[in-house]
Amino acid sequence: MSARERIAGQVANYVDERTGSAKWLKKTLTKVFPDHWSFMLGEVVLYSFIILLLSGTFLTFWFDPSMREVEYEGSYEPLSGLKMSAAYASTLHISFDVRGGLLMRQIHHWAALIFMAAMVAHLMRVFFTGAFRKPREFNWIIGVGLLTLGIVEGFLGYSLPDDLLSGTGIRIAEAIIQALPVVGSYLAYFVFGGAFPGEVFIQRIYTVHILLLPGIFLALITVHLMLVWYQKHTQYPGPGRTEKNVVGYPLMPVYMAKAGGFFFIVFGITAFLGAVASINPIWLYGPYTPGQISAGSQPDWYMGWLDGLVRMAPPLETHAFGHTISWNILIPGLIIPGIVFTGMALYPFIESWMTGDKREHHLLDRPRNAPNRTALGAMSITFMLVALINGGNDLIATHFALSINQIMWGTRIGIIVLPPLAFIITKRICLSLQRADRDLVLHGRETGRLVMLPHGEFIEVHEPLTPEKAYLITQHEQLAALEPVAADANGVRNPKGARAKLQARMSRAHQEQIAKPTSKEMLEIEDHH
Amino acid sequence: MRYLSRFRRHRFAGPLLLLAGLLFVGFGYTVAQAASQTVTTTNSDKATLIAEGKEIFARGCSSCHGLNAEGAGIAPSLIGVGAASVDFQVATGRMPMADMSQQAMRKEPVYDEEETAALAAYVASLAPGPAAITNEELAWERSGDTAEGGELFRNNCAMCHNFAGQGGALTQGKYAPTVMGVEPKHIYEAMLTGPQAMPVFSDNVITPEEKLSIIKWIKHAESEPALGGAALGRVGPVTEGLLAWTLGLGLLIGVAVWLTTKAR
Amino acid sequence: MSQELAPLSDPGLPEHVHRKADVDPRAAKKAERQVGILFLFSVLGTLLFIYSYVGIDESIFIFLPVLGNTNAHQLFLGLGLAMALFFIGMAAVHWAKTLMPDHEVIDIRKEQRSRDDDRSEFVSTVKERAAEAGLGRRPFIKRTMGLALGLVGLSPILLLRDLGPLPENELNETNWKAGTRLVTDPGDRPIKPSDLEVGGVAQVQPAFPEGKERHLDDIGKDSVLLIRIRPEEFNLDAERLSWTYEGIIAFSKICSHMGCAVALYEQTTKHLLCPCHQSTFDVTRAAKVIFGPAARPLPQLAITVDSEGYLVAKAPFNEAVGPSFWERDSK
Repeated sequence: MSARERIAGQVANYVDERTGSAKWLKKTLTKVFPDHWSFMLGEVVLYSFIILLLSGTFLTFWFDPSMREVEYEGSYEPLSGLKMSAAYASTLHISFDVRGGLLMRQIHHWAALIFMAAMVAHLMRVFFTGAFRKPREFNWIIGVGLLTLGIVEGFLGYSLPDDLLSGTGIRIAEAIIQALPVVGSYLAYFVFGGAFPGEVFIQRIYTVHILLLPGIFLALITVHLMLVWYQKHTQYPGPGRTEKNVVGYPLMPVYMAKAGGFFFIVFGITAFLGAVASINPIWLYGPYTPGQISAGSQPDWYMGWLDGLVRMAPPLETHAFGHTISWNILIPGLIIPGIVFTGMALYPFIESWMTGDKREHHLLDRPRNAPNRTALGAMSITFMLVALINGGNDLIATHFALSINQIMWGTRIGIIVLPPLAFIITKRICLSLQRADRDLVLHGRETGRLVMLPHGEFIEVHEPLTPEKAYLITQHEQLAALEPVAADANGVRNPKGARAKLQARMSRAHQEQIAKPTSKEMLEIEDHH
Repeated sequence: MRYLSRFRRHRFAGPLLLLAGLLFVGFGYTVAQAASQTVTTTNSDKATLIAEGKEIFARGCSSCHGLNAEGAGIAPSLIGVGAASVDFQVATGRMPMADMSQQAMRKEPVYDEEETAALAAYVASLAPGPAAITNEELAWERSGDTAEGGELFRNNCAMCHNFAGQGGALTQGKYAPTVMGVEPKHIYEAMLTGPQAMPVFSDNVITPEEKLSIIKWIKHAESEPALGGAALGRVGPVTEGLLAWTLGLGLLIGVAVWLTTKAR
Repeated sequence: MSQELAPLSDPGLPEHVHRKADVDPRAAKKAERQVGILFLFSVLGTLLFIYSYVGIDESIFIFLPVLGNTNAHQLFLGLGLAMALFFIGMAAVHWAKTLMPDHEVIDIRKEQRSRDDDRSEFVSTVKERAAEAGLGRRPFIKRTMGLALGLVGLSPILLLRDLGPLPENELNETNWKAGTRLVTDPGDRPIKPSDLEVGGVAQVQPAFPEGKERHLDDIGKDSVLLIRIRPEEFNLDAERLSWTYEGIIAFSKICSHMGCAVALYEQTTKHLLCPCHQSTFDVTRAAKVIFGPAARPLPQLAITVDSEGYLVAKAPFNEAVGPSFWERDSK
């Protein structure tokens, strides 16, 4: 036994005598993780979160969340002598008078944008592959919760410097709070400690941004990861992969090295962006005052869809009995997002109700094999994209020499017309792909080689699929649509008749598939050859 | 000749001939164009300047603005707009307008300095209006205050021209252009005369000293390097989000794909 | 359809294909060298980072394509850090890909559902112990416990009362009173009608008495936009016309939609545009909304001149300025 092994043994013994960790560690170090690039999107989110914690902590050592008025005496000349809040002045200080300060600010903000982008990409991957199905519904709901909190956290974060752009965003947030019926004006005065903008808002959101929300994030992320750990990660279908196994690489050494290495890569790429691309140049925006505004004011991208919805809203307000309800704010700002996110959170349950499928699933779906779900996803993405585009309509107008009025009308109509169109087109595409798969299995791959037969006929040579490929494209399950049961064997009517009928209708639409080749067809083909 | 005709069936003969024809027509047109734009030399006598301006006006402006500059249709009356307006519109190339679109765009000026001065003198002679100003007269470097100029810019200009003077959208396809790369005198004249959709900023609303400060800040913003890296257009979060999704996520997914591919 | 195919039999995991480094020791050595070089790149990155921090002056700017003139200190600090981190990752991943075993390993999944005997044991345990707690037999305890826990949950909510004052009538009031002078923002200079030309615009605040300081709270409701057009261009009823003065009209700058500053004035169309959500207001018709999500026109401030010829407010705003709220009572 070498000296190194002896020492390692002593350390391991010391720890095990106090924690009994050997058994758990032995199981953990050999745990198997499936390997696919699309499984790394969640890792990007996790690592970005860690980067945010690290860079954010650095920033807190210099940031002053106070709104008290100070006169700027730092090194950025064009703001010299101007009155501004201490929060803004301390952000300028970090940017120009702390070495590495601007780099850290930029890394922090780029990490936030990537955090949200990767989260959305990860959500799309989970959705389109059906990874949210039993037993992972709770994890899906936690994920939607993390997404919502992420949007809030990001908004609060970039509002901390109290600059003109983010201050405008806060003004709009205050208007949403104020618009709430009955309690709006009270809630707004409580949140802002009085009239807008008040003197306490920045330090209050500071607490939420560095303490409350990160704490909730840590807790939710821990549960999210523990569930993934305990339930084992899903895997793509393929040869050797079943519902009852996990195929991949062990934690030690391969996964540790790859996942650990990926953390450094994510950090490195984020740092690269922080080095070469300017982000949130608050010194150009100027300090916040409610009397100023810049053309082309937008929130960060993950709130752009909200901005777009608010912009395209019709000017609806009701005035009755001395009270006002601003539908033009409540509908696009709260009600529609609420419906969208609630629908998103409940989707696993909606789908299992439509399919009647209550079994565990650990093999992922190829998106084409779940045409209705894929089409619903495409529809939601289209909705969000149209809203997002409208959020930047003034920039699009200036860049492409268009009129904001035309763009607005285009998106108003587009947001109603385009999502259903996207649904139909996507569903048809999925079904076509299924048809193509079916042809592939039955007839083999078209090689493009033409052969002339002795009797003069030209045929294209088809190469039969490898067993692995043939297995991959036929392994999926095709559940039959639910049949409504109008009455049982004794003629007693189904008390849930109407609901069952609805469920059956939706199930029929949801389960629309191109049937896999039957055994008979396969045999016929074999005979052919 | 016999040597050339040997190549008449060469596969490049057709394209070469076409190219030669295009070049010939192009050059010929340019030469003919240049010939028609004669530069009239003038002496600095004011009366002759006005007369010359009247002549240029009749040729190039009256078809829209009326023979006596009284305005017609969408072309406004120029009586009382002053030399400052003319200097701004003509010297930045906005006038004569290239096409009847929503607004006149900055482009290569059609008239040179002398012709512009003549036009300005003529229009100024119609009725009193703000006088044109020269770059030398504008002591913005000496008298302006950058920080104050920034405050004034954000208060009075950023809502149309954006916080960094990059420009912004107005209604119905109009836009506030970028203020970067504009001569100081044109910035001054624009504030003074309120061209097209831009409002007028009278000298008692924004004093001449304040106007100089604004110019000083604009010139500073123009020359300020990108302090954090590539400026991404200085239009805010939209381009930042685009970069995060394309370069950021793109690089990361690229690495992820490489990471999960089997080594050779 | 019911003759559905029994899935083609699973051919099992594909044959393992060896990597070059698995079979050729020279290739393995090469891969090892590559990993080492990647780690060394990271070291270079850290050295660059340290050098930039202490050695590059913060005032140096260098020109690079795409980035333009950029600050050298900030750029190389960031590039050094990026290199240092990135290449550690690349080295680790390359090491795993080329040298660590790449045989796919199979693990068994157990059903998430617990075993039946565990479940029934759990159920009986819970039932027994719930009976021991006795809540079912003791409704008085249950009810009073619910009452106590519910009430104690209310106490922290009560503590939040002092987060802010009650709005009372503040949302309906501004600092504009009859006789308040209009002053330029910034500059605080009073304005005469002759100061404003036709087609002109001025950012305006109410004059504050000596000693009283203007805060952002005040700016957030007092900000006013002064616009001058030709009097004949107005399209107003007699009352609103009387609130103008010789073609000069004043509106609250705080958008009636969500409170952004509506300062974008188009001289040619006489429209005000709010850049936040593109609400468009027609100045000639008392800031009537002609496009966009705003539901109400901007409140108009009645103005006139005082004895010295300066513009003053004739009266306070006749309605609340800014975004709507539940108690807002006016059309």
